[in-house]
Amino acid sequence: MGGMIQALRRAPAAGSARGGQAVTEPRWMSSLLLAVSVLFLVFFLFLPLAGVFAEALRKGVGAYLDSFAEPAVRQAIGLTLTVAAVAVPLNLVFGLAAAWAIAKFEFRGKSVLTTLIDLPLAVSPVISGMVFVLLFGLHGWFGPQLAARGIEIIFAVPGIILATLFVTVPYVARELIPLMQEQGTQDEEAALTLGASGWQTFRRVTLPNVKWALLYGVILCNARAMGEFGAVSVVSGHIRGKTNTMPLQIEILYNEYNFTAAFAVASLLALLALVTLAVKALVERRAGGSQSADEQPVEDEV
Amino acid sequence: MTWNFGRACGVIALLVVACSSCGGGGGEADKGSGQGKELTLLNVSYDPTRELYKEFNDAFVADYLQRTGRQVRIVMSHGGAGKQARAVIDGLEADVVTLALAFDIDAISERAGLLPADWQSRLPENSCPYTSTIVFLVRKGNPKGIADWGDLDKPGVEIITPNPKTSGGARWNYLAAWAFALERELGDLGRLDDPAESAAVAAAQDSARAFVTRLFRRVPVLDSGARGSTNTFVQRGIGDVLLAWENEAFLAVRELGEGSFDMVVPSLSIRAEPPVTVIDTWVDKHGTRELATAYLQYLYSPLGQRLAARHYYRPVHPEFADGADLERFPSLKMVGIDEVFGGWRKAQAVHFAEGGVFDSIYTGER
Amino acid sequence: MGLLKRRHSVLPGFGLTFGTAVLYLGLLVMIPLSALFIQSSSLGWRGFWEAVSSPRVVAACRLSFTAALTAALLNALFGFVVAWTLVRYRFVGKRLLDAVIDLPFALPTAVSGIALTALYAPNGWVGRALETWGIKAAFTPLGVVIALTFIGLPFVVRTLQPALEDLDLDQEEAAASLGASRRQTFRRVILPAVTPALLTGFTLAFARALGEYGSVVFISGNMPMRTEIAPLLIMARLEQYDYAGATAIGVVLLVLSFLLLLAINLLQRWSGRRHMRGV
Repeated sequence: MGGMIQALRRAPAAGSARGGQAVTEPRWMSSLLLAVSVLFLVFFLFLPLAGVFAEALRKGVGAYLDSFAEPAVRQAIGLTLTVAAVAVPLNLVFGLAAAWAIAKFEFRGKSVLTTLIDLPLAVSPVISGMVFVLLFGLHGWFGPQLAARGIEIIFAVPGIILATLFVTVPYVARELIPLMQEQGTQDEEAALTLGASGWQTFRRVTLPNVKWALLYGVILCNARAMGEFGAVSVVSGHIRGKTNTMPLQIEILYNEYNFTAAFAVASLLALLALVTLAVKALVERRAGGSQSADEQPVEDEV
Repeated sequence: MTWNFGRACGVIALLVVACSSCGGGGGEADKGSGQGKELTLLNVSYDPTRELYKEFNDAFVADYLQRTGRQVRIVMSHGGAGKQARAVIDGLEADVVTLALAFDIDAISERAGLLPADWQSRLPENSCPYTSTIVFLVRKGNPKGIADWGDLDKPGVEIITPNPKTSGGARWNYLAAWAFALERELGDLGRLDDPAESAAVAAAQDSARAFVTRLFRRVPVLDSGARGSTNTFVQRGIGDVLLAWENEAFLAVRELGEGSFDMVVPSLSIRAEPPVTVIDTWVDKHGTRELATAYLQYLYSPLGQRLAARHYYRPVHPEFADGADLERFPSLKMVGIDEVFGGWRKAQAVHFAEGGVFDSIYTGER
Repeated sequence: MGLLKRRHSVLPGFGLTFGTAVLYLGLLVMIPLSALFIQSSSLGWRGFWEAVSSPRVVAACRLSFTAALTAALLNALFGFVVAWTLVRYRFVGKRLLDAVIDLPFALPTAVSGIALTALYAPNGWVGRALETWGIKAAFTPLGVVIALTFIGLPFVVRTLQPALEDLDLDQEEAAASLGASRRQTFRRVILPAVTPALLTGFTLAFARALGEYGSVVFISGNMPMRTEIAPLLIMARLEQYDYAGATAIGVVLLVLSFLLLLAINLLQRWSGRRHMRGV
């Protein structure tokens, strides 16, 4: 692993006169930090991941690709994308609104509100699914009315979307809040003083300031929306070709001893990392032209 | 910068929408409405029946078309038996259920009232068109020399079974071991019902309890489900013997390594009866009662029985099955849950409920 | 807006954003969770207490909390190092490293569990090595911690990254030019500035670890009293159609974690205010 550390140095700051020894660690220290970080990721991320791919490719590339030919797998991929396409934008809007209210204003009960946002994380996945069964199931609060009107929520796509929304509520908001708090309100106040409207201030000042946190929030939210198993499993009904998402399909394949296909579908979810990579590169290019964030980690543009 | 960022967001949003619109098409499926041109039947089943029903459904659809001239579609749902039963209780509109335990279907009847309590008498053979039993899977060459339940009690033997609290299959493992210990003590399980023998029976029950406790204390890993246990035994290489349903053991040997494991059939085991039934409320709503009944009856037909045997279930009418398939099933003494444990309900309450016998194995209470 | 403490805030949009947030949380979180409370209340106080006070439940809750806490601490420590290297250093493979951070979320938990078990089991690549040191990882509480560390990792890294990227280098330079050592700068300048993000990451990783089920059941071995986690007991109750008992354990976990999260969030506000005053 050490071989990959080619040029270990602190990113040069804008205006090359700055920087230097004063704001960086001694070389041994940075090497050590990097080694620790790489080792940690190797043991907790790369090796498990390698295991997934090794299992997926055990029977060769042909078998790997064949796994995706099955209609049930394709349907599962489609459903997962649909669910994410609904859940992520909704949570994005909520996250921005909640972060704005919490980070930019002082009000009573703020910590409670923040904690409520965190809460879905701590709820066990089975319970997250079950609460919607308790609400919309046959014997749930709204079950009889829904059944009378022929509206299907549980064991249909709406239930899956609801459960996914529930488990992904915190991600965007919680990414934004600490950063927006840290940044304070001076920038926005300045913009308002200079005559910008509230909306303009938000778009021109706040959004660019938080773009990385927003991006990470969306990426995390999306990853979780696509990968959620426990909650979705309770409300799905596992109807083949209809209500199976990718994680559910993986379980089914695994239970059928079809390990190759199970891990192949899982590896597809792992390839989401490539999407992350692409989106980050895109935003970097858009955001800074020649000065990519890699080289400009601390440059602040107001 | 703002403009660029906004545009980037727009591009991402477009991408997501495009992906979902091209992939989402498969999400829609016909509802099983009675008036529709094509009737749809939803069969909610448990995990290892997938291959059986895949083949069986094709055969049934062809046969039904030939007999009635109507094209039908069978939709499957597979999952853990308990989870599947809960889904039906909570409103999954299954036309038929084909689950692992009568207990699970009883729960549907009791908790949701979707079918009458006497459902099990509606079809022949207790509504079980096929049965299975609990057998052992050991490592190649049987290094620990395990031939029967008694050998599991030998020092140094590690046993792999899922947790009876979370896995229906593991409850059969537990009860099979218990039944063996009872028979070993009593010699004849018929004495269980003899009031004159109550002292001997009580002693035998105590000894069975001690036996099962010793076995479960030898379990190094209690997975939450049958597949997890198989994985632990086969791929992690942990344990000397895996307790499994016979049909699952066959599947595991076939899929995970012919020749690296041996199947061992004990002298006595329990008759595992996976029942099938029509869910009255939903077939009446969907107008599929006739179809659903025909579907389940077809399981008892010569072809249905042959397919069951081919997929490692013991058919209730072995005369219809292929001789070659039948030869795979070694003969052993099988006892039913009703005769030894007084039915599922009782077994569940005594052994697996909160604070039941199984819990006391670990908390050490009597 | 009687709710607002500082009426003179010039920023607009409080009503709109606060309303949206509360409405969304109410519909999606509060109403569903209240269903949980009501379901468990069908047990009555006595039944509720019996359902959650058995030695197995207590042991499982204890394991869940300690393992989640350990994993979150590990993540806070190593996550900080990872975020620091990703933000401050340049090295080959950095983009790849950065991209895979989110994987623990994208992979279904069962897949992670199986992959981790394969790795840390006595016959796995890492497990075998650990075995020679006399350490058993899979099927022990350590295995639980490993799985929980895996699933919580993205939280710390991803909340710290923007905060570190946002740090003003001028302050570090000023501290250095005033004669502060790198260590002093780190402790007095950098750490206070990123503490809110670090705490947030820690909180989220802890919360997520507490409820985690899928990845843990494969690696823990699920031995009652020893390696059984609380969410597994919820599953066990559900298998017996004991909805009320299942929700009772769910409620206990929920209330405990709510209190803990609230405490951390209050602490964070307090430290945040102190930091602001300092600046």
